[in-house]
Amino acid sequence: MNMPPPEGAILNRREALIKLLRLGGVAAGTAGLGCWLSEHSERPEHALAMNAKRNHAVGVDPALPEMAVIQGDDPEQLARAALEELGGIHRFVSRADIVLVKPNIGWDRTPEQAANTNPRIVTEIVRQCWNAGAKRVVVTDVSCNDPRRCFQRSGIAEASRREGAEVILPDPARFKDVDLQGEVLRDWPVFDPFLNADKIINVPIAKHHSLTGTTLGMKNWYGILGGPRHQLHQKIHESLVDLADFIRPTLTIIDCYRVLIRNGPTGGNLDDVLLKKTLVAGTDPVALDAYVAKAYWNLEVSSLPYLKMASQRGLGTYEFGKIHTRVRSSA
Amino acid sequence: MRLKPTRWRWLSQIIFFSLFLFLLLRTEFRGSLHAVASEIRLPYPVQLFFQFDPLVALSNALSSRALYHSLLWSLVVLIPTMLLGRFFCGWICPLGSIHHFFSSLRSERKRGKQLIESNRYKRWQTTKYYLLVAALIAAVLGTGVVGWLDPFSLLVRSVGLSILPGTDYALNAVLRAMEHSRFAPVQMVGSGLHFIFGGLLLSFKQPYFRQGVWLGLIFIFLLALNFRITRFWCRALCPLGALLGVVSRWSILGLVKTPERCEDCNRCLLRCQGGDDPIGGVPWHQPECHLCLNCVDECPEHGLQFKFFPAQKSIGMNLQRRKVLTGLAAGAVVVPLLRSTPGFAVERDERLLRPPGTLDEGDFLSRCIRCGECMKVCPNNALQPALTEAGLEGLWTPVMVPRIGYCETSCVLCSQVCPTGAIWEITAKEKGWGAPVASDTKRISLGTAFLDRGRCLPWAMATPCIVCEEWCPTSPKAIYLQPAEVADAEGHLQHVKQPFVDPHRCVGCGACEYACPVQERPAVYVTSVGESRSRTNQILLNRGMERPR
Repeated sequence: MNMPPPEGAILNRREALIKLLRLGGVAAGTAGLGCWLSEHSERPEHALAMNAKRNHAVGVDPALPEMAVIQGDDPEQLARAALEELGGIHRFVSRADIVLVKPNIGWDRTPEQAANTNPRIVTEIVRQCWNAGAKRVVVTDVSCNDPRRCFQRSGIAEASRREGAEVILPDPARFKDVDLQGEVLRDWPVFDPFLNADKIINVPIAKHHSLTGTTLGMKNWYGILGGPRHQLHQKIHESLVDLADFIRPTLTIIDCYRVLIRNGPTGGNLDDVLLKKTLVAGTDPVALDAYVAKAYWNLEVSSLPYLKMASQRGLGTYEFGKIHTRVRSSA
Repeated sequence: MRLKPTRWRWLSQIIFFSLFLFLLLRTEFRGSLHAVASEIRLPYPVQLFFQFDPLVALSNALSSRALYHSLLWSLVVLIPTMLLGRFFCGWICPLGSIHHFFSSLRSERKRGKQLIESNRYKRWQTTKYYLLVAALIAAVLGTGVVGWLDPFSLLVRSVGLSILPGTDYALNAVLRAMEHSRFAPVQMVGSGLHFIFGGLLLSFKQPYFRQGVWLGLIFIFLLALNFRITRFWCRALCPLGALLGVVSRWSILGLVKTPERCEDCNRCLLRCQGGDDPIGGVPWHQPECHLCLNCVDECPEHGLQFKFFPAQKSIGMNLQRRKVLTGLAAGAVVVPLLRSTPGFAVERDERLLRPPGTLDEGDFLSRCIRCGECMKVCPNNALQPALTEAGLEGLWTPVMVPRIGYCETSCVLCSQVCPTGAIWEITAKEKGWGAPVASDTKRISLGTAFLDRGRCLPWAMATPCIVCEEWCPTSPKAIYLQPAEVADAEGHLQHVKQPFVDPHRCVGCGACEYACPVQERPAVYVTSVGESRSRTNQILLNRGMERPR
């Protein structure tokens, strides 16, 4: 038997209608959201790497040397003399430029151990950049060992900071995926300060290295990368050229004040260090590497294939004897 | 205006908690743009609280028959406790303060009558004394497992290895989202907050710790117990509280009740921290009292007062002889069982890589209180809490995991912060990795590197790679290369340099394993054999001396 429900037990028509409308609204909203989300279902893809390639080089001046080899006792004077010979800092740094100085701060070592660039060469370059009217002078590197220790114990952080440079430690959050447009290197994370500089000055230190015999200026660009950069050694020559082509620095100054002649690139033993009191600076990174490799390790171009490959790529010439070179003592 | 005594206590708790948090956050080498010091040390005594911990000192003294240098400071806590009682628990202990805070939150399980009942003295509060007895007997027999329960060990391990890394992750996620926001004001707030938190709270880089999730959950569980029973940890489990309770049994400061004034309103029980029965009509449990002074504050009749040399009788630890004997037996049995299981004397785990300066395994296990200071401070995140590597006894002791981080040549921070000398304090010079080795000096070695030629690129894949040799920090390098011609898949000869390890020179730092480009299982790895702390775990007849010429 169907009994009518007692009075007030069920909603009246008006209340029931409102309830239905509410539920209908929520249902429609859910369905709409579901449809919208399902339309946006795409397989997650790695975001496209950005194109950030820039040429930081300055034009060639036939009146000025392309390479300067300076000898002397004081690292700061060496840097000053080298810049003088090459036409002065104003040739390389313009007013309001953002200048990035890239020493080698790769290892947890002190200056005497010669695994990192001499801090006094870095400070002289920073000072000169300020003299040229730079807007910002940044000193940075992507270290191999713990960057806090490398930056402190190399003496570079404190010395650069004293000259007013911005010292930036590598921060995992500040790497950007960049298309290096190289032959073997395409999509790699690059430390952001290297992408925002007007001028880039490479200040490597000359060291022994077992793979190529020596690590000089072009190898220093490993220090712009994050990611699995230990895999680069599998195609070291191609990688070196790709990186040098990507950066195209304004100026290269190779620190040969103390030269780590064995057990590089980490060293650690003072017996491995030779005091050469020399600075090799110039605008042709290929010639500089060729010159230093020959001068301290007696390595011919034939044993460093990357030099020839770089010449073919138009990054410079390995025939350092043929370029305009000035050799002098700073004293 | 005069502050009420409970306000002073509150102030003291905040100050000591802040100090603890500050020191924990500073248990990290942050690097300096101003310093050039080539020997790196932390500027603060970050292990300070351990040095004032009488339980750590007692365990250290019992197990090593000596007292590691700064542990003598613990007398500064122990002797006043003899005179005054457990003021340390109520006024200073940062873990106590955290429990105090969580106990004061509203809880469904602690309301009205339930709350009053739960704050009366319970027999299970004696558990902590039995735990203490067991831990101390274990210490006499040579193991520092008391650190599993020591309040500072618990706190540093849980907060330093789990809660702070989690906070780091969460903060970074939020800040990164803000900084990459499309709206300029959000970006600005984001970078402002990043600047503030970056200096205060965030680590230099995201730390990762094995078992982090379990360490965190155990800690959160202990905090959650406060919603059922006020300061359950402090009342029932804390072995330091137990030790301080024992020595405060004869203290000269005591609660004097005025039973004539008591109207049985129970208000003294409302906020009692220790569960020591301050109410009139029953005797006071002196060793349970934290001296929080809440009862004095609450009593509307001013019938409760702390006085020197009280004449009223109070109750002591209330121990049962049988349970004390059980504790004794448990502590005495557990060490032989642990030590007669493989993992300690025989069949040691090959990956039991201990930090530099660590004593031989037996001496190490007796001193290490599993506090995690060394793991927190390691700049390379290399030190991780052990799970099975050192046997059950070695749970949460430090092991180096080179795939996560290697041991930095010039770094001895873990030995600087170790409060008990389990990692004996050494200098970088004593570590001996930076300088050439003279024939008569012994340098520290953590183990020896081995090559997996089946995975190594120049050995197995005709592909050039020298990364392990490049990273090897010794000079002359322990990893050396030999030129070789290897046929690739097409049969073409490839010129490669193949790595070899010289065990005479290898210090077991793990840099090669860390840097090896073969991800997950590396082609070069370090095992503990050849570690300088052990006389037996060796390969070579004359390890550590110059190669015979």
